[in-house]
Amino acid sequence: MSWVSKFLGSSIGQKVIMSLTGLFLMLFLVVHLLGNLQLLKDDNGEAFNAYAFLMTHNPLIKTVSYSLYAFILWHAFQGLRLWRNNKAARGSNRYGVQHTRSTETAARNMAWFGIVILVFIILHMYQFWWKMKMGVLPPVEVAGYDHPVQNLYLPVKEAFSNLLYVLFYVISMVVIGFHLWHGFWSSLQTLGANHPRYNGLLKTVGYLYAVGIPAGFAIIPLWMFFTK
Amino acid sequence: MKLTLKIWRQGGKYKGEFVNYELPDVNPDMSFLEMLDVLNEQLISRREDPVSFEHDCREGICGTCSMVIDGRPHGPMKGTTTCQVHMRHYNDGETIVIEPFRAMAFPVVKDLVVDRSAFDRIIQSGGYVSVNTGQAQDANAIPIEKTIASEAFDAATCIGCGACVAACPNASAMLFTSAKVSHLALLPQGQVERKRRVLNMIAQMDKEGFGQCSNVKACEAECPKEISVSNIARLNREYISASLTADVK
Repeated sequence: MSWVSKFLGSSIGQKVIMSLTGLFLMLFLVVHLLGNLQLLKDDNGEAFNAYAFLMTHNPLIKTVSYSLYAFILWHAFQGLRLWRNNKAARGSNRYGVQHTRSTETAARNMAWFGIVILVFIILHMYQFWWKMKMGVLPPVEVAGYDHPVQNLYLPVKEAFSNLLYVLFYVISMVVIGFHLWHGFWSSLQTLGANHPRYNGLLKTVGYLYAVGIPAGFAIIPLWMFFTK
Repeated sequence: MKLTLKIWRQGGKYKGEFVNYELPDVNPDMSFLEMLDVLNEQLISRREDPVSFEHDCREGICGTCSMVIDGRPHGPMKGTTTCQVHMRHYNDGETIVIEPFRAMAFPVVKDLVVDRSAFDRIIQSGGYVSVNTGQAQDANAIPIEKTIASEAFDAATCIGCGACVAACPNASAMLFTSAKVSHLALLPQGQVERKRRVLNMIAQMDKEGFGQCSNVKACEAECPKEISVSNIARLNREYISASLTADVK
């Protein structure tokens, strides 16, 4: 067995996969949020549509986005594998009394949060990404392009005018927040980043990130639902 | 004081179930294990099978007294082994649930006794240093910086009791293994086998069927020696760097 497969198959190697793919997804969330915030502009989606065209046609961005899909799948697959391994290691004999600290809630439920997030991503991709890929969206003229681009703003507006979808979206963001609450610190701990000099800083940044990013995403449907 | 004990019985006529025992007259000055001794004396005088449990030093340094008390390995007190818990911490009329450590890698032998030899095999795979025989070296021959010595010592206080595995939702042995790896990796005497040690110990840990750490930190909270999860971060660093830079192909 080569050292690479030995490493990736080991308990720590599998965690490193979770950590690195997770960190990449966290970086992606920042970029995704910055793009989405253009929906808050009062320009009937022009900036957002121009941005959506750029994201689906720039070869560099396209390469990164295909790696992103692969990383999402890898993260999910690896996560489920860890979950299964850990359940097997714990065994079928459960404790009669289970003592759990409230601080461990997020960490203990990472798999459940992850499954909800996976369902959210599948629906999310179908709703927006799939329509864009299939080219079923009506064309619209935007400034800066001499040809019409697909109007992605249309399905977004439609989805965010549906109360049930807005609720689903906001609840999913809360779940993502919990996932990140543990995930940010945990991914760094797995890579060995733990030092009294910067532990406090990393924890604070992690908590701000875990609250800030999902809140930023959740504001958009709420804003569009109540103002458009 | 009067107590009700709900104890996990397994082996002999018991297939694995909780059995209730009443103890009408418990002295608050008894230790937890003395309380179990009293129970067993009563069971023996009634010609019943006594409750099997492990104990050795009864001073909090050997790590033998493994059991889960009311859902917590080593009971309700922080940084304390079962043998150091005293009955004055309980109230009259209370019910105490006592179970064995539960993990696939720690099979129950009988009642509260589990087989923890998986830990021994992890140690055998790399938890040692090679030293020359002959006369003992001068204690100050190898200078070690105080902060490093303290950190190594903190890791070395691990008594290998297995509470980390019992507390972990994944039954992971990472806190134990990380304490052993940290202890030796920090010291100059541990440098010779440093890379080989971490690679072998993790391989053995995985082979024993322990789960994978998901950084829940329940181990740190329940460890009677309060070993920090910063050791797990060090173990991760050691393993990643040893995998990348090992001297063999």
